[in-house]
Amino acid sequence: MPLSPDEIQRLARLARLAVSPEEGEAVRAQLNRVLGLIDEMRAVDTAGVEPMSHAVASAPGAGQRLRADEVTEPDRHAEYQALAPAVERGLYLVPKVIE
Amino acid sequence: MSWEIVVGIETHAQLATRSKIFSGAATAFGAAPNTQASAVDIALPGVLPVLNGAAVECAIRFGLAVGGTINRRSVFARKNYFYPDLPKGYQISQYERPVVAGGSITLAGGDLQKVVRLTRAHLEEDAGKSLHEDFHGMTGIDLNRAGTPLLEIVSEPELRSAAEAAAYARAMHALVRWIGICDGNMQEGSFRCDANVSVRRAGDPLLGTRCEIKNLNSFRFLEQAIAYEARRQIEILEGGGRIEQETRLFDPERNETRSMRSKEEAHDYRYFPDPDLLPLVLSEAQIERIRGTLPELPEAMRARFVRDYGLSEQDARTLTADRALAEYFEAVANAAKDRKAAANWVMGEVLARLNVADATADQSKVKPPDVAALINLVADGSINLGTAKKLFDERWNAPRALDISVHDEVVVRDLGQLSDASVVARLVDEVLAANPKSVAEFRAGKDKALNALVGQVMKASRGKANPAQVNDLLRRKLQG
Repeated sequence: MPLSPDEIQRLARLARLAVSPEEGEAVRAQLNRVLGLIDEMRAVDTAGVEPMSHAVASAPGAGQRLRADEVTEPDRHAEYQALAPAVERGLYLVPKVIE
Repeated sequence: MSWEIVVGIETHAQLATRSKIFSGAATAFGAAPNTQASAVDIALPGVLPVLNGAAVECAIRFGLAVGGTINRRSVFARKNYFYPDLPKGYQISQYERPVVAGGSITLAGGDLQKVVRLTRAHLEEDAGKSLHEDFHGMTGIDLNRAGTPLLEIVSEPELRSAAEAAAYARAMHALVRWIGICDGNMQEGSFRCDANVSVRRAGDPLLGTRCEIKNLNSFRFLEQAIAYEARRQIEILEGGGRIEQETRLFDPERNETRSMRSKEEAHDYRYFPDPDLLPLVLSEAQIERIRGTLPELPEAMRARFVRDYGLSEQDARTLTADRALAEYFEAVANAAKDRKAAANWVMGEVLARLNVADATADQSKVKPPDVAALINLVADGSINLGTAKKLFDERWNAPRALDISVHDEVVVRDLGQLSDASVVARLVDEVLAANPKSVAEFRAGKDKALNALVGQVMKASRGKANPAQVNDLLRRKLQG
């Protein structure tokens, strides 16, 4: 199911990307090729195959490793904030966000 | 035309872990801004999340406590949106396969008796905090809260009034504290509710369009917000209008809800499985080990208190409002000879003072053995109730716990009840002789005058006489 120009603009807005109408056409062609590949895969009969979220086995022991509940991270906010464009009283400052 | 209110609640319970859900940063409340935000929490490039086992354990405890299904395999997903207090640009949550599915919770109180089914409960991380004031037109971001583990608990839309919704929130609040997965501190945001509210004409099988009211952090606000929102929707529908599905905020000062996000910004979160985290696979052994550590649940304990201690349903409910109180009562009841008195003492003297001090029963300065000792001394006539309450009060207000036992204190301070009838009789005679006015009033039919005389005798005995005995003796002498 190919994407329309409107859908491209909507996706761009959701991703906070500025995509001009000309760029949008190029992106649309690329994304439609990707979707075409997915359509091809959809044609495969997968009845009885359990959906898979990750390319690993899901046997017990093969899943996510867990961490002990211990505080291991020291306070390094001074180093981190040295990278930030604006900080004040320990806070990162960003352009005003109004909900 | 009558309307039916339909409410479902989403609760965010902050899990009682020391460190965050995906990093080793601390979760303690009230730290200086950004001092508990690690490289993972602020989303520096190249970092990877590692799941906190204790958060998983909390989720399993909850699932077992509500009788839900613990999914042996669950998946973390990315919920994508942009906001400065979410530095990754997505929140790690669970979507298609949550860790807990189903389950239920029982609401009981007053006339209400209802089982509310739960849809699901899933693990996710909290976002940071935005501060909009005072930064010369900029917004300040504190990421200490980013990555704090949350359990989002979603109810089915089975609540039918604002009061029922508040009862649900209270029951859920009590449960998560009872099983020790959340401290329940609502001022600090450890327990927050969103309410999905819709209305429909009575008998209509279809649900109406709902509005979501966000971040209700008190039971009172929850109830007020739902009541307001239902009225608002009914007015619109009765005026021939349509309800727009939207997110609304409750303003407690004006007691109203207002629109928070316009429709064109309606969120499309584009969930997908997080490739940084493998599926969470749980073994039977792990689940059974946690089942073995669950305390007796409030419902079961309430039923047992009624059965084993002969308490009324209402008293049993009061005493199982939280686990510390229930355990306190049980310790008193098992050491006291009179179980009804144990219930009265804990619900009266103890609970009243705990409420004033805003403390829990395990923080009580008077411990259960002392309360039981007081009850037993009253029961066998060693001291009267007034003395017992005075001793309790002294112990409660003592700067430090007293080393001396209640029993020894009664002996050392000679507080034992006056049992010598001749001594009591002498005191009564003295008081009668000294208070002719009260005597005359009583004889003229003023029954209340007797209380003054009883008080005088009690005072003359330094509080040690048995008030019932004094009362009897006075009546006999005055009427004889």
